[in-house]
Amino acid sequence: MTTNTRTIEIEVLRYNPSKDEHPYYQTYQVPCQEEWVVLDAVNYIKDNLDRTLSYRWSCHMAVCGSCGMMVNGKPTLSCHSFIRDMPDKIRIEPLENFPVARDLIVDMDSFVTKLTSVKPYIVPAEKLDEPRSYTQLPSQLKKFKQYTQCINCLLCYSACPQVSMVEDFIGPAALALAHRYNQDSRDVGRSAREDVVHSNAGIWECSFVGACSDVCPKNVDPAAAIQQTKIAATGDFFKGFLMPWTTTNKKVTLEVE
Amino acid sequence: MKQANGTYIRPKKRFTWWLGSGNYFQYMMRELSSLFIGAFSLVMVWGLYRLSQGPAEYLLWLSNLWDNFLLFSLLCFIFATYHSITWFWVTPKAMPIQIGGKPLPGAVIIGAHIVAWLAVSVIVWCLAMGGMS
Repeated sequence: MTTNTRTIEIEVLRYNPSKDEHPYYQTYQVPCQEEWVVLDAVNYIKDNLDRTLSYRWSCHMAVCGSCGMMVNGKPTLSCHSFIRDMPDKIRIEPLENFPVARDLIVDMDSFVTKLTSVKPYIVPAEKLDEPRSYTQLPSQLKKFKQYTQCINCLLCYSACPQVSMVEDFIGPAALALAHRYNQDSRDVGRSAREDVVHSNAGIWECSFVGACSDVCPKNVDPAAAIQQTKIAATGDFFKGFLMPWTTTNKKVTLEVE
Repeated sequence: MKQANGTYIRPKKRFTWWLGSGNYFQYMMRELSSLFIGAFSLVMVWGLYRLSQGPAEYLLWLSNLWDNFLLFSLLCFIFATYHSITWFWVTPKAMPIQIGGKPLPGAVIIGAHIVAWLAVSVIVWCLAMGGMS
């Protein structure tokens, strides 16, 4: 098989915490093949030009969500972005809105803390003694199926200007996953998620820029999830205000084993 | 800035972040439109106040408005239209309607909003024209 090769100038942000006080850009000339994705070019640098380059990747097929980078200023899953669609000069940087740990690797601890805080798992109505399957209608699954596609790649956090300006903002992916479980007919954990999801750092910090949905490589729509949660929270507020007897205020206690 | 744990936090573009991308710019224009709509509403409230003071005061306000605010009013109209259309455009995100287990297409939701908006506008226009004649 013959392939067309095009030499591309790739500028990569480098940072070694044990040596550098500030990040800097290093330029590589990479002979790219037409069918390559950006990750292939980065792998070429690592294998042939500079073994010290650090970055995360695993599956090479937009499933693991670990190879997110800024490519020409745009949050991109590097295994999901073809070189043939790129100009002759590319700038690659670590994802925006996260501290740089080393080269293209970001410190994602803040995201993990935020994700954990929304209880991203099914909270069942009862603890079963015997394992059994839960039934769910296709129409019930449709309500949240798109949100199950999230691979936690963090592109939405890099694209969101609110995340950039408000450090505590829970952010698009975590709020979309909270919505995913709230919509699940097998879940009763909505009230347990309220304290975080309905807080000022939760849905109300979102100003509906919509950039999170634009950059998602899995076509998840976090902006939609957050707006729907806002409507549900507003409905809850007025319902509790006008018909207090309908609000049980029952908080679900979670036992995570 | 280098942190104690060795990680590096890059400087942020606090005031110019929205100039780098078309989507961010469109969002900021939608936000900016609120200022024009708010200012226009204040002018209208002032007009109502002048109306309450009598016909002569109201006509004076109206002539001032015509002389000085025509361009401003046109700008407010453009921003209000932009705000309304872009807002209707994102309504399917906030209103995922399912009928018989099937999601209603976004175009139908957007179309219904625009038709309702035009209908209300025509009714208001007719009422205003009826009042003037």
